Amino acid sequence: MKVQKFWDAGISESSEDKIRETQLANLKNTLKHCYYSNEFYKKRIDEAGLNPDKIKSLDEIEKLPFTSKDDLRDNYPFGLFCEPVDKIVRVHSSSGTTGNPTVVGYTKEDLEMWANVLARIMYDVGVRKEDVVQISHGFGLFTGGFGFQCAAEKIGSLVVPVSGGNTERQLKIMSDFKSTILCCTPSYTLYMAEVAEKTNIDFSKLKLKLGFLGAEPWSESMRGEIEGRLNIKALDSYGLSEVIGPGVSCECLQQDGLHINEDHFLTEVIDPETGKVLPIGQKGELVFTSLTKKAFPVIRYRTKDISYLIDGKCSCGKTFVRMAKPMGRTDDMLIIRGVNVFPSQIEEVLMNIDDLEPHYLIVLYKKDYMDKIEVWVEVSEKIFHEKIMDLEDFEKSIEAKLYSAIGIRIKVSLKEPKTIVRSQGKAKRVWDKR
Amino acid sequence: MPVKQLTVFLENQTGRLAEVAKILKDEDINLQGFSTTEARDYGILRMVVSDVKKARQLLKEGGFTTHVADAVCIEVVDRPGELYRILDILANRDINIDYIYVIAGTRIVLSVSDVERVEGILVENNIKLCS
Repeated sequence: MKVQKFWDAGISESSEDKIRETQLANLKNTLKHCYYSNEFYKKRIDEAGLNPDKIKSLDEIEKLPFTSKDDLRDNYPFGLFCEPVDKIVRVHSSSGTTGNPTVVGYTKEDLEMWANVLARIMYDVGVRKEDVVQISHGFGLFTGGFGFQCAAEKIGSLVVPVSGGNTERQLKIMSDFKSTILCCTPSYTLYMAEVAEKTNIDFSKLKLKLGFLGAEPWSESMRGEIEGRLNIKALDSYGLSEVIGPGVSCECLQQDGLHINEDHFLTEVIDPETGKVLPIGQKGELVFTSLTKKAFPVIRYRTKDISYLIDGKCSCGKTFVRMAKPMGRTDDMLIIRGVNVFPSQIEEVLMNIDDLEPHYLIVLYKKDYMDKIEVWVEVSEKIFHEKIMDLEDFEKSIEAKLYSAIGIRIKVSLKEPKTIVRSQGKAKRVWDKR
Repeated sequence: MPVKQLTVFLENQTGRLAEVAKILKDEDINLQGFSTTEARDYGILRMVVSDVKKARQLLKEGGFTTHVADAVCIEVVDRPGELYRILDILANRDINIDYIYVIAGTRIVLSVSDVERVEGILVENNIKLCS
């Protein structure tokens, strides 16, 4: 029996025209579905002057307003559902750190589609039924855990739903169960490496080979660190609950951009200030429209994630458009003395410094009414050579590197080991005391 | 024989030095002498202890970053001009001292880049080394 290269060979290798045609057909269905089932969307579509029965091209969507996180909050909890509750079989929710959380719902068909798009991602980079998939994302209202579970089960792999936390148990399971695949956040993955090194677990002796890492932006340098320390290939997996969860896009083994599951998600990149749609290759905010969801479709949902679309074919053979590795979020952009700074830029510099522990915290505070920024890093034995001058030189050399990369003075503050809290989920990289 | 000097990185926080002293006290390790150097946010504690290996291990377990380095230790006669006599000998041989401090009794600890050479010079000049 021939082993198939792609999970969904039909669509994954089709021409751009065929993809657009599929998208248009799906978009028409989605707009009609939203229009006839939900007052909020009906009002919006009417106000935009669109007739959902007469959509002719994909770019007509630009006439519709964006959907924001606030729209979701304002309609908490089920106001934007487009199916009656009896057809909805599951909800997920994002953490409501400010105001109402956002709640998303799934019909049976939605769950099926979700499992399929994520299985497609996993299968296409080599996950098979023989694999042991350790899921270290939280199980619960967060989409990470259940998303990967359903997808891996669809492939027929053995799922180990260990969930987040209890790092020593994670490592024991990884070793005893011979896990081959890890689904996790990049920051927690790195923390696992740190605990493994302390407890003398040698990753080169484990079976782990591939990681689907996501739920937060992470730099190329961090990838290097993870791949080196865990002896795995680390792929950036992207998704958000509002759009579906993990499964929106993911890197292939080329690690040169994340293929978007275009038959299910329509992507635009906009200027976050003006809302103008940007041409391919230009950096801006990602906006998604779901094309096949029933319970909770989204139209032009603003993700706040910053990326751009990559032009050209990928050598893996998949024809779905790629988005660049997300480089930050519009809402974690720091404005320091008028300069835009992303935590990922700081991370990039720090990860390239030898012997520096891969944990850092950006601290913002006010002094004499001025914004100040400081980066905390830890003093490990590798950099501690008993002379205060050496430490001062070390601080200054990091400050100089940050200055040349970012263009503002950032004070570096050396801290004792383990001062910086290790994350067992999404990392908190910024402490804003202002 | 050089002494093994134990160095500890300390954040500039109330009670951190006390914690080090407690860790040593609890295991009955004698602190023979020490000095501190401060920068703005942190300091460095250098010390000579009765059991450097054990002390280092305990501090490490307590979450401290440590370093061990060789230093020269001299028994100095307690009379005027003695320090000058020693420093003059070293200066004449072009030896730079990174830092120096007194430990229990009349001993001083010197940090230099070439410990062996400095010890040789001192022995030539009848200065008593201790370890």
